[in-house]
Amino acid sequence: MEWETVIGLEIHAQLATKSKIFSGAAIAYGAEPNTQACAIDLGMPGVLPVLNREAARMAVMLGLSIGAEIARRSVFARKNYFYPDLPKGYQISQYELPIVQKGRLSIDLEDGTRKVIGVTRAHLEEDAGKSLHEDFHGQSGIDLNRAGTPLLEIVSEPDLRSAKEAVAYMKKLHQMVVYLGICDGNMQEGSFRCDANVSVRRKGDPQFGTRAEIKNLNSFRFVERAIEFEVERQIDLIESGGKVVQETRLYDPDQGETRSMRSKEEANDYRYFPDPDLLPLVLDDDFINAARAGLPELPDIKKQRFITQYGLSAYDAGVLTASRELGDYYEAVVAALGGEPKLCANWVTGDLAAFLNKDNREIADSPVSAVRLAGLLRRIQDQTISGKIAKEVFEALWAGEGDADAIIEKRGLRQITDTSAIEKVIDGVIAANPDQLAQYRAGKDKLFAFFVGQVMKASKGKANPQQVNDLLMEKLKG
Amino acid sequence: MHEKTIAQLGAGLAAGHFSSEELTRAFLERIERFNPLLNAFITVTAEAALAQARAADERRRRGEAGPLTGVPMAHKDIFCTDGVRTSCGSRMLDRFIAPYNATVVEQINAAGAVMLGKTNMDEFAMGSSNETSFYGPVRNPWDLDAVPGGSSGGSAAAVAARLTPGATGTDTGGSIRQPAALCGITGIKPTYGRVSRWGMIAYASSLDQGGPMARTAEDCALLLGAMAGFDPRDSTSVDRPVPDYSAHLDQPLDGLKIGLPREYFGAGLDSAVAQAVEAAIAEYRKLGAEMVEISLPNSQLAIPAYYVVAPAECSSNLARFDGVRYGHRCEDPKDLLDLYTRSRGEGFGAEVKRRILVGTFALSAGYYDAYYLKAQQIRRLISEDFRRAFTQVDVIMGPTSPTVAFNLGEKADDPITMYLSDIYTIAVNLAGLPGLSLPVGFVGQRPVGLQLIGDYFTEERLLNIAHRYQQVSDWHNRAPAAFG
Amino acid sequence: MSLGPAEVAKIAHLARLAIRDEDAPAYARNLSAILDLVAQMNAVDTAGVAPMAHPLDTAQRSRTDEVTEFNQRERFQAIAPRVEAGLYLVPKVIE
Repeated sequence: MEWETVIGLEIHAQLATKSKIFSGAAIAYGAEPNTQACAIDLGMPGVLPVLNREAARMAVMLGLSIGAEIARRSVFARKNYFYPDLPKGYQISQYELPIVQKGRLSIDLEDGTRKVIGVTRAHLEEDAGKSLHEDFHGQSGIDLNRAGTPLLEIVSEPDLRSAKEAVAYMKKLHQMVVYLGICDGNMQEGSFRCDANVSVRRKGDPQFGTRAEIKNLNSFRFVERAIEFEVERQIDLIESGGKVVQETRLYDPDQGETRSMRSKEEANDYRYFPDPDLLPLVLDDDFINAARAGLPELPDIKKQRFITQYGLSAYDAGVLTASRELGDYYEAVVAALGGEPKLCANWVTGDLAAFLNKDNREIADSPVSAVRLAGLLRRIQDQTISGKIAKEVFEALWAGEGDADAIIEKRGLRQITDTSAIEKVIDGVIAANPDQLAQYRAGKDKLFAFFVGQVMKASKGKANPQQVNDLLMEKLKG
Repeated sequence: MHEKTIAQLGAGLAAGHFSSEELTRAFLERIERFNPLLNAFITVTAEAALAQARAADERRRRGEAGPLTGVPMAHKDIFCTDGVRTSCGSRMLDRFIAPYNATVVEQINAAGAVMLGKTNMDEFAMGSSNETSFYGPVRNPWDLDAVPGGSSGGSAAAVAARLTPGATGTDTGGSIRQPAALCGITGIKPTYGRVSRWGMIAYASSLDQGGPMARTAEDCALLLGAMAGFDPRDSTSVDRPVPDYSAHLDQPLDGLKIGLPREYFGAGLDSAVAQAVEAAIAEYRKLGAEMVEISLPNSQLAIPAYYVVAPAECSSNLARFDGVRYGHRCEDPKDLLDLYTRSRGEGFGAEVKRRILVGTFALSAGYYDAYYLKAQQIRRLISEDFRRAFTQVDVIMGPTSPTVAFNLGEKADDPITMYLSDIYTIAVNLAGLPGLSLPVGFVGQRPVGLQLIGDYFTEERLLNIAHRYQQVSDWHNRAPAAFG
Repeated sequence: MSLGPAEVAKIAHLARLAIRDEDAPAYARNLSAILDLVAQMNAVDTAGVAPMAHPLDTAQRSRTDEVTEFNQRERFQAIAPRVEAGLYLVPKVIE
């Protein structure tokens, strides 16, 4: 039996505003409990919400970036349910008329093809607080600092057909919101989290199967594993004659399995209705145009530009546009160097990336600035140093030993390009290795590399490799 | 001194005939003497009042006094008062000391008025007789066997009995106008959005509106001037300048077109009340006004629509009272569900529970369209009725309440009959219009109120129309015998 | 529309209100009477009438993204029934 997986994702992106969506309390991760919960966030009697304009602007930015319709009129509703982390007994959320509707996001599949995933809607809502389950004499503690934090819930169509596609979509959206600067993308802190609706059906079946909703997946790996587990579970269940029930499930990363959340099994009746404390949100052309004007170049467009403008491979262009900062850095290197985009790409995606990775740093924290890296590449370009020596210089740059020229000078790394000087070294090497010379001349061509190595070694790597090659070729002929 | 109106007290303070401290003491003494009889106050803030009074006197010495500086008044216990219990007439908030002031309270404080205390009210403003208060019913100073009306019954009784010259109230379906009528005073519910709702504990957010209650329209104008205004903390507050409500009180009424809706004078209206109302209308004719018979065809749907919209909103507004962060919490909850259900079950009284249940039902899956959505459509029809009427007339007049004050306990066990006592006031809230009630006579010893309904933001005109009548009548000057 | 005690219990659960068994019939009776009153709405055809959620026909205002509220935990928790270590305490939340 062939099975098809059907997945839809609901992604919650915490918007990177300074204050909450309906109050002037700060949003900062890790504050002392309940010190960032003002009277509004606490749902005190008589308090009222007023919308943070920036949250609406950010939602519009996302909408414009995914080719969505921006609702000229959207409505905040109340979703009513009782839970200790929900101080008012309702969550303010957009229900019938969300601010962003009908967008799309294309993802690159492993086979190199692209797939367009529909985005049903994105709506503004407030986050809830947190229940801390450490034991306070059999009680739970409630921290409402997070209550009222603006969220953009981005709901996909059930267009995803595998865990890998789901992850690709989530990564793409993650890249997008971070590019836009509307979300810090920090998944450990819960700034970007996902609920996955997963079902399976027999291939060709026009009907969707019954879905389970896996809540609160806060890493790409968990999304992939949780979906894979869930798909397996559902197929096993059906194949052994069982039935999937519609329910909320929780992924347990320790056990690598999903589990039914019993507390949420009770059928919810959220009694949505328009929040009478808030009027319809009406967006005019000026607002939308201002949001559009604030959009950065989007990742796909930037990638395409890098391919055409800099002649980069799709792979390199993809790597260099993975984040806005990396793309900016790359372009700054190219600009400072005044050309050689491929050389720049090799260094940014190669040595620089490796060093960043090793030190677990972001490009923004790179100790080597774009200008300094360009300074190094300039010396490769003008043959002051070889590519090999350049790696040594780069290490020194990374260690903060000044700019490339200073390092080259101090360490005497200038490349030897004087033909007579190189010839002298070659002569010495040939003279010192008569056996190898004989073998080479007898037809053992492979020994050429040996001679190159010896010459480079003798010149402490400073001899110009091309010249070494050419001269050595001549001399070895005898 | 207690016989004087706010305007007169203001003049007396300005002339130095008495100090605010003397005035405040006088009213505090009256409260001490009469409140046990009326139960109009839940909390009396004597010490704070005297401190405020002394500050007002000081302010006056500095030459910085306004018309309300040093004038005592009271707040309905629905307005949050920083550091003072704000109970909303409920056991749920019996020990709730508000950590902030309502905007209305802030503004009245800024005007230099002195708060005597917090007045009794129907629990969470749900009621028309003040009998749903956790603190017991308020009695009508005109007849202690009668209710004062509700939900702002404490404010109305306190003003009528001269325990305070003025008070704040709130009106969701008639809660300022109906008790004003039943207690023989003047009260105005402003246009929705005119007075900030920040810090005013919500019953039904799209209907609630604060307003003043006092003996005269002139006093209401002074108080409304201090209460009204744009508040950036309330998304439904309207950013529009506040006129000087006292400036045009004397404007003549020649040519004023008064609409008399035939639906407000039909079956259900007590004939003696009708007589008093008609006599007042005749007086208006003498003042130069012209009567136009109009129709508000959907009037009979106001109560049904209201009893969906208001409970729906209240069921959600009152969900925050869960025993977690403030308010009543049951003893030893065995689990979370027990904490919620028992805290709320114990904290709320029967009428509040009824409305929460009705609202929960009306919003629940499968019933939303038939109830909530339908009511919102009816609401549109009702508001269209008024819109059409105001193309023909300047103001609408009719009885505030179909009867005079009923007896305590008379309707307490029958919610439907109780609801019908707001039949003429509720439509105004659904449409968001301003409405005013002023005293126009008595049936026996119980007062009758005339309701004026204006177009949006015509408070100034309503006060003018009421004031002109009060210049040729003296109902507003009569005091209940026991409290004279 | 007539509601029985069982339906009242269901609604009461949704509203998290404890209703004593002996009070349930009275609530059922009152609620049914209110729903009958409300049913008068059905006499009017409202097809095509736009629902009116709000008396003001205006748009939501918005505020600038600024932090204007600062920590008042002590003040707010002074009126809380049970707090410990800055947290509000409730019976164990089970997920």
